Amino acid sequence: MTTATEPTAERTTGDAPLVELEQVSKYYGNVRALEGVSLQARAGEITCVLGDNGAGKSTLIKIISGLHGHDAGSFRIDGEETRLAGPRAALDRGIATVYQDLAVVPLMPVWRNFFLGSEPTKGRGPLRRMDVEFMRRTAHAELRRMGIDLRDVDQPIGTLSGGERQCVAIARAVYFGARVLVLDEPTAALGVKQSGVVLKYVAAARDAGLAVVFITHNPHHAYLVGDRFVLLKRGAMAGHHTRDGITLDELTRQMAGGDELDDLRHELERPEAAAPPVTADADEGRPRS
Amino acid sequence: MSTAVQAAAAPVDERLLRTSPLRRVLGRPELGAVVGAVAVFVFFAFAADSFLRASSLSTVLYAASTIGIMAVPVALLMIGGEFDLSAGVLVTTSALVSSMFSYQMTANVWVGVGVSLLVTLAVGAFNGFMLTRTRLPSFIITLGTYLMLIGMNLGFTKLISDTVSTKTIADMEGFPEAKAVFASTLTVGGVNFKITILWWLLLIVVASWILLRTRVGNWIFAVGGNEAAARAVGVPVRATKIGLYMGVALAAWISGQHLLFSYDVVQSGEGVGNELIYIIAAVIGGCLITGGYGSAVGSAVGALIFGMTSKGIVFAEWEPDWFKFFLGAMLLLATLLNHWVRKRAEATK
Ligand SMILES: Nc1ncnc2c1ncn2[C@@H]1O[C@H](COP(=O)(O)OP(=O)(O)OP(=O)(O)O)[C@@H](O)[C@H]1O
Ligand SMILES: [Mg+2]
Repeated sequence: MTTATEPTAERTTGDAPLVELEQVSKYYGNVRALEGVSLQARAGEITCVLGDNGAGKSTLIKIISGLHGHDAGSFRIDGEETRLAGPRAALDRGIATVYQDLAVVPLMPVWRNFFLGSEPTKGRGPLRRMDVEFMRRTAHAELRRMGIDLRDVDQPIGTLSGGERQCVAIARAVYFGARVLVLDEPTAALGVKQSGVVLKYVAAARDAGLAVVFITHNPHHAYLVGDRFVLLKRGAMAGHHTRDGITLDELTRQMAGGDELDDLRHELERPEAAAPPVTADADEGRPRS
Repeated sequence: MSTAVQAAAAPVDERLLRTSPLRRVLGRPELGAVVGAVAVFVFFAFAADSFLRASSLSTVLYAASTIGIMAVPVALLMIGGEFDLSAGVLVTTSALVSSMFSYQMTANVWVGVGVSLLVTLAVGAFNGFMLTRTRLPSFIITLGTYLMLIGMNLGFTKLISDTVSTKTIADMEGFPEAKAVFASTLTVGGVNFKITILWWLLLIVVASWILLRTRVGNWIFAVGGNEAAARAVGVPVRATKIGLYMGVALAAWISGQHLLFSYDVVQSGEGVGNELIYIIAAVIGGCLITGGYGSAVGSAVGALIFGMTSKGIVFAEWEPDWFKFFLGAMLLLATLLNHWVRKRAEATK
């Protein structure tokens, strides 16, 4: 299964971050998806990447998880300049990614999904086979540990709720000894309670000594768990803060585009009058926050 | 490893009621096909007096096996999310290569059989390679291969033999042995069975083993069910798909050698249209046409339905033209039933 990738918090709490991007750029043909973005992920810390739709968040993590190569800048793992050959290479370096939409194969049973790509085997030669009993038992136990008590690990994973699916994906990353856990908007499609469950396991993974990169466009979720915040805007860095350096209000303001939000507020707060006034004095005399 | 992440004392509730056996059965992909097969069997048992004779059943099994040998890997390929329209004519290609190479180049048929294996596997690898390289739909890629193979089958045969069929190789060295392996008849308890039935059973067992018990099987379900997710967790998607096409090629080689050694000559225009029959057998057997779901056993039951229907109509002394009608109706019914069953299985989770 996994060999060289046990969480080694001791070894890496030193200086070099587990994963470091410096001035990284990525182009899709003539589309500039990322330009000069820097980020650090350290063991036992949660680095949040915030940004609007299309800001380049998914592109950023696709570089970290080996799906895309970067076009400029440097990408270091354990302080060592790297170019990943593919997702398998990232996994072998201890980087596990839970994707927004492509985390699981819906029609496959939970236990098959849990071990997909890293199936334990027994026997040799033509009799080499998956250790099905172990897989079922382990999947069930690991999920129960995360508070998901399945009636049947044979049920297709597509029949689980969105939050449960995210937790399965996180559980498997942790089980396989990831050192860096990358999560792409794990709470995006979830209700308040389910988001809470997911956030709890994000925090638990951090406490286990993993470096977590948490992508979201929800500043409230980010601020609940984050240690560092990287703000992206239209593919470029719009700010980098540590938890001590910023308040939730400020984060929300920056995330939403700050001044742009004020402008938007003006636009939306049209008077209750029937005819929308087009003159400048429309703003006057209304309570401002 | 994972002991570090402890969920806050998850309340242990023992809802582990064993799922009812009925639900388990309903969840099987081949259920629809089995129900259909029983229905067809009962129908012809009444409609044709001779249907239940051992010799008739052996004829039915033979017809089923010639389809089934191909339907098994075609089903695996479909579970892996792809089609192979070239599968039918590839059988003919395989037989032609074997026959013509033996005739032209050597005195021993086994050399031709070996060369044919390499050529056939190469065509399968070509399909898989083109698919994974270009990322075009497999429908297009294998349609191209299909047409090219039809052209080459006829073209090369005419070029080499001056007619549309090959010259007989029955008098060549190794022919009796090769015939014993690929096209002999075994007598069990006074009834004659074709050896293809054994090949078919062997393929079902091996394919089921791969699909249900090995890592590769897990990958096949995954690349068909959600290719992007499979790639993201490190499944070798390209190798899996190329392997699936080569599996189809391997079965095409077995079928092709059977074709050759049954008659000792090969008609170069044969095989066209069979690719759809393999696909139909797989679909009747519960394979989801969009991939990610199905079974090898199901495809075997689909092939059995095919064999019973095609021969049953003959035993009942009906116009054989009705066969296609039956097959079409069966396909629709089986697909509807599968659809309904899967909905039920998912609703009662
Ligand atoms: N394969 C691609 N080819 C061309 N352009 C792309 C590709 N993938 C992404 N882009 C573009 O790059 C930009 C960043 O996309 P990305 O998916 O990283 O955004 P995101 O921050 O994850 O957005 P969301 O919040 O909607 O998930 C977008 O403008 C998008 O249109
Ligand atoms: Mg995204």
